[in-house]
Amino acid sequence: MNRISQLFQQKPEQVLNIYFTAGFPKLNDTMPILEALQEAGADLIEIGMPYSDPVADGETIQQSNQKALENGMTIKLLFEQLKACRPKIKTPILLMGYLNPVVQFGIENFCRTCQEVGVDGLILPDMPIDVYQREYKEVFEKYGLLNIFLITPQTNETRIRKIDALSNGFVYMVSSASTTGTQTGITTEMVEYFSRIQKMNLANPRLIGFGIKDNETFATACQFANGAIIGSAFIRLLQQNSGNFPKVIESYIHSIRQPEAVI
Amino acid sequence: MELEITHSPYQVDEEGYYGTFGGAFIPEMLYPNVEELRENYLKIINEPSFQQEFHALLEDYVGRPTPLFLASRLSKQYNTTIYLKREDLCHTGAHKVNNTIGQILVAQRLGKKRIVAETGAGQHGVATATVCALMGLECIVYMGKIDMERQKPNVDRMRMLGATVVPAVSGSQTLKDATNEAMRHWINNPVDTHYIIGSVVGPHPYPDMVARFQSVISAETRKQLLRKTGRETPDYVIACVGGGSNAAGAFYHFLDEPSVKLVAAEAAGQGLTTGHSAATTALGKPGILHGSRTILMQTEDGQVVEPYSISAGLDYPGIGPMHANLFLSSRAKFFSITDEEAVESAFELSRLEGIIPALESSHALACLSKLGATPDEVVVICLSGRGDKDLATYTKHLE
Repeated sequence: MNRISQLFQQKPEQVLNIYFTAGFPKLNDTMPILEALQEAGADLIEIGMPYSDPVADGETIQQSNQKALENGMTIKLLFEQLKACRPKIKTPILLMGYLNPVVQFGIENFCRTCQEVGVDGLILPDMPIDVYQREYKEVFEKYGLLNIFLITPQTNETRIRKIDALSNGFVYMVSSASTTGTQTGITTEMVEYFSRIQKMNLANPRLIGFGIKDNETFATACQFANGAIIGSAFIRLLQQNSGNFPKVIESYIHSIRQPEAVI
Repeated sequence: MELEITHSPYQVDEEGYYGTFGGAFIPEMLYPNVEELRENYLKIINEPSFQQEFHALLEDYVGRPTPLFLASRLSKQYNTTIYLKREDLCHTGAHKVNNTIGQILVAQRLGKKRIVAETGAGQHGVATATVCALMGLECIVYMGKIDMERQKPNVDRMRMLGATVVPAVSGSQTLKDATNEAMRHWINNPVDTHYIIGSVVGPHPYPDMVARFQSVISAETRKQLLRKTGRETPDYVIACVGGGSNAAGAFYHFLDEPSVKLVAAEAAGQGLTTGHSAATTALGKPGILHGSRTILMQTEDGQVVEPYSISAGLDYPGIGPMHANLFLSSRAKFFSITDEEAVESAFELSRLEGIIPALESSHALACLSKLGATPDEVVVICLSGRGDKDLATYTKHLE
């Protein structure tokens, strides 16, 4: 069984998914960050494939993308790094990125290599659902890759049902109309949306992303979903503490799960 | 304006594709906005009240029809018959306003309160700021920081018109990055904001909607040509292509006339092999950028390459999906024009005809020497904008 499906079966609550950009802050940081995240108890790890034009992302993640590209990160190199460190990592791994670099790599080649290096699922926010259904779904399935689509507060019910039917692994709930890293907290409006989706009883588990950064926001998200995703806040942490990952990451993850912990 | 989806191989199909190019490759955060537009744009622009208001504004506010001018001295120089479609005489100084007038009327009918736009040379930004002032809507324009410096008069004009100009500081700080920032702004303000895209790029229905608004250029050309020459179709239509909106408009009503040779001028910058170029079809390959599948300049890994052109309006790493299809099907011929060739052509037109063209349009003019047109052939060049905004650049070449 796919590691992500297994995770949600064993642990349907309080799932913590941490995003980081491959090749950031340094080109060879993938392995130490993965190890530190596993050690610290992240349930799911989402690795961003850096892209020159990440329109769904805010400033923090965009800058990390730009830095990673300057460092020389490529999909090919990321695959090599993952191949080398996957045997030590039991945590499920997702790749997140934009469609163009994946298409240039070749969809089939990309999916096959994902399977070879132990990637469990993909998040490609600019992949249209009809294009996925028509052109990519079969290939994703052939190589055992789960596909995660996004929904937002503006996504209507019919479309949510369609997205739920085409997603596997989980549904990524974007907390509000925004790019990543622009939210300062969880508002009443967001809570209404979370609760509306919760009542829809989707087939997939749900993780809430955008605006999750600390114990309070994580705990709120977990009341309405199976867990949450932290991206920009984690990138800022890496940026400020380059080179001292095990300790810093452990302390951060601990602070997310434990209200009293201090970084 | 043709108001239905046609079955021309060069027009958009019902799924939003031009051949294999086009579509709507957008994150979910943009989906409701784009879908709202897709569902409504044809209905809205088909309404008689829309048509009436659009054409009245084109006539009384923009100053249409723009003249089709027989450039006698230029014709003599190239030993052929050259007409200039004078989009430079539009209010605000370029063809861009044809589209912003259309889109602001669409935005109003969708109940939007705020307009966001991107701009390269500033012509689209000025045209957007202008129609926002006209209609009393808030206007936010993203512009690359570098472009703000090299097109300062347009920045000042936008501000005077009441727009907020926001510098895009990411990436190459030019049009591509301004487009990213405008898209982000739209993602963050999905309900009350309309994004006026200035070229035939972006997710469906933008390329088709913008092309329809700009198609007034070729619609007028046909009528004017008939009156002046007794024939509706020229032998050549030449236009510059960055994203490609003036070219889309100039080609539109000739797409299905095989006798009309369509010629597109791309910015080769300092030269195709110098690494400082924006000649998309010469240097690019199929990929996905800003919401559509098109041809774009990219690395082997699919990272978008920073383009370069002396002309801010052509400094874009992609082209509209309609043009990608015209290129791949060989319906249009693409020339790569260097900065130097463009500047030379600008001086030539200024001195032969008393018209200072925009740097963008100068790229189209530079194709004249490469056509091999004969004396009895008729060439129409879309003079997309005027060169006042480029004076600082031209001045450097005066010595």
